[in-house]
Amino acid sequence: MEILVTEHVRISVYILYAVLAFLTLLAFGIKLQKKNVDNFIVRLKTFWKIVIFLTIAFSFNFMTTAVLLAFISYLALKEYFSMIPTRNADRRALFWAYLSIPVQFYLIYIGWLNMFYLLIPLYLFLLIPARMAIVGETKDFLKSCACIHWGLMVCVYALGYVCAYFIQDFKLSLPQGALGCVLYILYLTIFNDFMQYVFGKSFGKHAITPKVSPHKTWEGFIGGVLSTGIISIWAAPFLTPLSAVEGFVVGLGLACCGFLGDIVMSSLKRDLGIKDTGTILPGHGGILDRVDSLIFTAPLFFHYISYFYN
Amino acid sequence: MNIAKYLFFAGIVKPFVKLIVGVSVHGGEHLPLSGPAILVANHNSHLDALVLMSLYSSTKIGCIHPMAAADYFCNTPFKKFFFKKLIGIIPLKRNPFLQMHQDIFAEAKKALKQKEILIIFPEGTRGTNNHLQDFKTGIAHLTQDLSKVPVIPIFIHGTDKSLPKNEGLFVPFITDIYIGKALFHKKEDNKKWTFALQEQVRQLQEQFFKEHPALNK
Repeated sequence: MEILVTEHVRISVYILYAVLAFLTLLAFGIKLQKKNVDNFIVRLKTFWKIVIFLTIAFSFNFMTTAVLLAFISYLALKEYFSMIPTRNADRRALFWAYLSIPVQFYLIYIGWLNMFYLLIPLYLFLLIPARMAIVGETKDFLKSCACIHWGLMVCVYALGYVCAYFIQDFKLSLPQGALGCVLYILYLTIFNDFMQYVFGKSFGKHAITPKVSPHKTWEGFIGGVLSTGIISIWAAPFLTPLSAVEGFVVGLGLACCGFLGDIVMSSLKRDLGIKDTGTILPGHGGILDRVDSLIFTAPLFFHYISYFYN
Repeated sequence: MNIAKYLFFAGIVKPFVKLIVGVSVHGGEHLPLSGPAILVANHNSHLDALVLMSLYSSTKIGCIHPMAAADYFCNTPFKKFFFKKLIGIIPLKRNPFLQMHQDIFAEAKKALKQKEILIIFPEGTRGTNNHLQDFKTGIAHLTQDLSKVPVIPIFIHGTDKSLPKNEGLFVPFITDIYIGKALFHKKEDNKKWTFALQEQVRQLQEQFFKEHPALNK
């Protein structure tokens, strides 16, 4: 199956690369003036790698997309299992949890959407505790069950939605193809993260979640949500079937959801007493640090589209 | 150069360690890029040696040799071929009677003289549940005349969950490697020096659990 790449999608990718190139030149320009921007350059370098990886993932056919997204899902799940305490007795259950990744992405690949909806929320939900009960270690049983399934929902099911946009029959009603929707959600999520950070840095005074993350402020939140809504007025009609007004409202909603995803992951990290979820993306932390907002926005926007436009 | 070992690492071991296992290195600046040197680490899994060797590029892999028990790794012709040719181990005879009558480190010393890098697990055998066992003094005997060879303490976490002792099923977990500053054996008491080395690894372990408090059980 080919992935539909329309003119608008292409233009949006050119813009992304242009922005990245501009930031890179800017960073080296500042560096020439002997100012310390090494941190920023490390982040930028990683960002280039992510963008190039995703460009490859979406440029060939649906098979490549599914395989590469399954790999990201695998890295995320591994990161999650490595940071939470696991029992020795859970090893078999964890193995089955990993196996669900190829199964789920295969289901998406063949377009069996209903089975994708059920696989992890229902079948793995039953299978994991069953496997653990057969092993028979009862100490901390519930805790382990809950932890493993939460990880599956986040790292496999929610991330699977990024791939599910491409399912064939779903593609038909989208003027810019599924890729338009996926890029819309990716751009918006990244833009929201970035704007919340910028507004928080410049105007931040009143903490919004003092216990979870003292650096997040009301000013950052409101600034991020509004600017995401505004950019969505242009981006939504450009890349998705949404109209400008609808785009504004959906943009605001997605920005709020992205923020929620962010603080959920922060709460988890605080609970575990760690700063980042991993070290695989230098300057950004782990995979889960990067996709935390996406975990909320991708499935919600998917169901919004399939409810109103299918 | 050993072509079989190069191909085995470049084609199988390194892709497996980098893509499937995933390694997170802390203190990578302490890792010696060329020999002679001795890497010393805690030992909980068969993966330990492969993961440490994968820190080096495939072109250097020929110079890295883990030391391993002869009675376990070379007791059948197939195992002997596999571990000597493809992994490049230096077999060590664990028989106390032999140890009195010949220099069991002869081969290791020769490798160090040729500027190669050794990997030694001084706990002697794989442990369980991430508990650091007392180091054996063999490493001190090996280095007592080699005061210029840096000994690098390393703490590995994660391999004991991926592939513990007495388990055949591999389950992926990220491996964290903490590398400490080099130690040199300067004609001290062998027991004392071994203990100092063990203390270094224990401190790296402490650092790991400080950064990952939830994993400390």
